[in-house]
Amino acid sequence: MNFLLEARWSPYVVGIAIGVLSWLSFLISRKPIACSTSFARTSGMIERIFRGEKVEAKAYYREIGISIDWQWMLVIGIIIGAAVSALISGDFHWQWVPHLWAAAFGTDAVTRVIVALLGGILLGFGARWAGGCTSGHGISGTLQLALSSWIAAISFFAGGIVTAHLIFQVLAGGGKP
Amino acid sequence: MNSEGNNTFRSPGPGTQKILGLVFGILFGFLLHKGGATKYDVILGQLLLRDHTVIKIMLSAVVTGMLGIYLMRSLGWVRLYPKSGSLGKSLFGGLVFGVGFAVLGYCPGTISGAIGNGYLDALAGGLIGILIGTGLFAALYPGMKKAVLKKGDFGDVTLPELLKINPWFIVIPLAIAITGFLFWLEKQGW
Repeated sequence: MNFLLEARWSPYVVGIAIGVLSWLSFLISRKPIACSTSFARTSGMIERIFRGEKVEAKAYYREIGISIDWQWMLVIGIIIGAAVSALISGDFHWQWVPHLWAAAFGTDAVTRVIVALLGGILLGFGARWAGGCTSGHGISGTLQLALSSWIAAISFFAGGIVTAHLIFQVLAGGGKP
Repeated sequence: MNSEGNNTFRSPGPGTQKILGLVFGILFGFLLHKGGATKYDVILGQLLLRDHTVIKIMLSAVVTGMLGIYLMRSLGWVRLYPKSGSLGKSLFGGLVFGVGFAVLGYCPGTISGAIGNGYLDALAGGLIGILIGTGLFAALYPGMKKAVLKKGDFGDVTLPELLKINPWFIVIPLAIAITGFLFWLEKQGW
């Protein structure tokens, strides 16, 4: 079982295993693996703490429902599963600033957190706008050959590739890898 | 014979489903970490086209998942759950997501894994941002629905339905094409 302690596996082994996991989630839970709706539900739950039951009457929350469901538990599971894998392979560490970011923009944690916050706002808004994320559209939707998911997944990467190059080639002043 | 929704497997009830969701999540998170997908450097490496780990994981998951799920569908074991979309939704929403993806360096699934990996920019910055972004969308939803979400609506159509052909005429060639592309990537040393 030593392979469980390795920090990295071949991307193909990981991809094939995720594919098999998707078979099981269709068969046993009758649901595709997806994540982003759970963030919208959590946002609604937090808003409900401050503003009360009337939050549930918002059109969007009426559509998705703000309760803890299969997918919400899946997202909690991802945190646990990644932590277990990181801990047993000696790869768990607290880190504020990723290396690639630090090499281009310095090691200031505040700058990185503010940029991550802004990126998160766009990502969260875009995920609900597109009706899914890299898992729901990018993997589960494309493997079902849904037209919406192929358009969304291609758009995710088109927007991401252009923006990443703007950030690291233009803003960072043509920083080399 | 109805090839959809004729699930011979009895699906467990809602309480058990929540536990199953947690188990599926633990396995998914474990795999995302093993693949390196919980790391900003790996995700940005992909978007900068320097490191193709993310696309290798995604495409091998898509080929495996597609073959198994279309086979089980042909056997009447599972049905599909395609999301409905429109150009206003999938294209423009997708592009906004992509910009956020590059700025944040994680997506909703991998950020959960990143938090499990100990990355604090994901927890203190990205997670809060996503919650604000989704809350903002909920607030603007009625207006968005009218203005863009229905523009160029095509519903929950799948590619075989769109082309009106047997799904296997897409599944098999696509599986071969993606596998060929991955072999080509490896041959380039990428």
